[in-house]
Amino acid sequence: MPDPAQPSPQPISKDKDMASNNPNNPTSTPSRAATATATWQEVKPTRKVVVSEGLWLRCPACSALIYRKQMEANLHCCPECQHHYRVGATQRVEQLLDAGTFEPLFTNLRPTDPLNFRDLKSYKDRLRSEQAKSGQSDACKAGVGFIKGRPVMLAVLDLDFLMGSMGSVVGEIVTRAIEGAQDRGIPLLIVSGSGGARMQEAGLSLMQMAKTSAALHRFQSAGGLFISLLTDPTTGGVTASFAMLGDVILAEPKALVGFAGPRVIAQTIRQELPDGFQRSEYLLKAGMVDRVVPRKDLRNEIARLIDYSGR
Amino acid sequence: MSQYYVLEFEKPVTELEKQIEALDAELAATPPEAQAAIVRRIDDLRSAHQQTLKAVYSNLTAWETVRVARHPKRPQSRDYIEMICKDFVELAGDRRFGDDPAMVTGFARIGPHKVLIVGHQKGRNTTEKIACHFGCAHPEGYRKALLKMQLAAKFNVPIVTLVDTPGAYPGIGAEQRGQAEAIAVNLREMTGLRVPIISVVIGEGGSGGALGIAVANRVAMLSNAWYSVISPEGCAAILWKAANEQTNTAAATALKLTAADNLRLGIVDAVIAEPLGGAHRDPNATARALEQWIIAQVADLKRLDGQRLVDDRYARFRKLGAFAEQADTQTPLA
Repeated sequence: MPDPAQPSPQPISKDKDMASNNPNNPTSTPSRAATATATWQEVKPTRKVVVSEGLWLRCPACSALIYRKQMEANLHCCPECQHHYRVGATQRVEQLLDAGTFEPLFTNLRPTDPLNFRDLKSYKDRLRSEQAKSGQSDACKAGVGFIKGRPVMLAVLDLDFLMGSMGSVVGEIVTRAIEGAQDRGIPLLIVSGSGGARMQEAGLSLMQMAKTSAALHRFQSAGGLFISLLTDPTTGGVTASFAMLGDVILAEPKALVGFAGPRVIAQTIRQELPDGFQRSEYLLKAGMVDRVVPRKDLRNEIARLIDYSGR
Repeated sequence: MSQYYVLEFEKPVTELEKQIEALDAELAATPPEAQAAIVRRIDDLRSAHQQTLKAVYSNLTAWETVRVARHPKRPQSRDYIEMICKDFVELAGDRRFGDDPAMVTGFARIGPHKVLIVGHQKGRNTTEKIACHFGCAHPEGYRKALLKMQLAAKFNVPIVTLVDTPGAYPGIGAEQRGQAEAIAVNLREMTGLRVPIISVVIGEGGSGGALGIAVANRVAMLSNAWYSVISPEGCAAILWKAANEQTNTAAATALKLTAADNLRLGIVDAVIAEPLGGAHRDPNATARALEQWIIAQVADLKRLDGQRLVDDRYARFRKLGAFAEQADTQTPLA
């Protein structure tokens, strides 16, 4: 159970999050097109994410012309073909948790620029513009809430912020979420969607892989249940750490999940990649995930898994 | 010292080496009474050589360091095993898929200690290099490493890992067999091993493929090794949109991947000095320095019991990261 004595540390930000997530206000959905070009590590999206801010959009999978509000009401899936659009962390939290139960945690962590990193643009500037665009301070949102009445610690990586890449803040929030789940004795659900470790924090990002995995060792040895949900796309250092360490690993349909991105692999082996390579269904066949679960069934499936874990 | 492979910035040094070699040959062919002059010239050249070497190597850029770390003559895990270890008993296979030659594992003695050695191997000739995928291990390599480490833990044998990889192998088979999962499981399970774990980045410390055997109580780097989240070329290709000499240099610098940088960031605990001119100029001296450091660390860590070792390792990684913790949670941004 969430500790009732634990005060909600950030009521204001919570309100703000709710406001910015009003599905009836299409302009509040931040454009994800810009993100994809920022620090996208190795994986080139095969389909464009929601680009248009208009009322209508064309489904990249079935080409149907769909009404944006209808798509959003359908958990950001195409009403015609159930193509799963990418969703930001705020919407994800809303979709997964019982309405109004989310209590954000660790909201006071802020990224710094420990290496004074500068590529074509400085990391400081990138952070500022990503923060301005997304209204988030970094690429992970965590907190406690309920799924069909069952308490969970939830951490969600946010593709809208530097492609969900893991730097020190993301690593720290994920680690604290793991520790928090252990302290509270509740199941842990991490929703991954990430380009991998964040290059702009270089070695420190790499160390987050070890840090989060170490925390999972403690949590899982102590009998904690960790459900890992893989969404499109999950690659690199996030896959090679906590994302693949779930006691149960679920994946959304057709999500790209891998260690190396398809472009890097194609360049290395100089061969065409097999059809559907690194997509959820392929991973299921390869034995790498437990279940491929459509978005609409996630809450039910997760609740059932929690019940089986007896926690 | 003759070399097949000369780094651009080492050219002044190798020029002098050639001259010394030529004079050495001349000396051998000269009658003893006329040798004094040549000996003097050789001595002069030798001191010039040392000075040039020092000048070149004390001012290596990050990208030049990466080039030294990849020098084809640089000693690899198997070289160090030959130079440092006694009674090496190699152990093969992951019992699940196969044996990955890019990962060497086996019991050995280093000084007074029995240890398990785990190391990336790049391969010394073309055939070996191809078999080892140039040091890029497959999932079976990481699973083999973990299996042997668990074996060592069972018998209370300390673990020494030698890191030298550009990264884990990116390929179809590797993905199918769970490259990410194999590395992730190593990260998690190494955390819980109740024996001392010591890692040294001896050449390249490329990303998750390096970290996959480097969750240790103590981590060191040889002074010309590099360790980071991505190779400079990979980083340049993504962030600079092109990998060439100029962007690679910029990326290598930005990534703070040198031994000194990693020490400053707390990512490694020690830097083991290579001889002047890099490990490839004097593998033996490098091996001695490496041996000394390993022996000292094993002796030190052996004093701790299993739980203390696990706690020490956890604490080491738990504190890594740089972020600000804002008291005022209402300010949304940094």
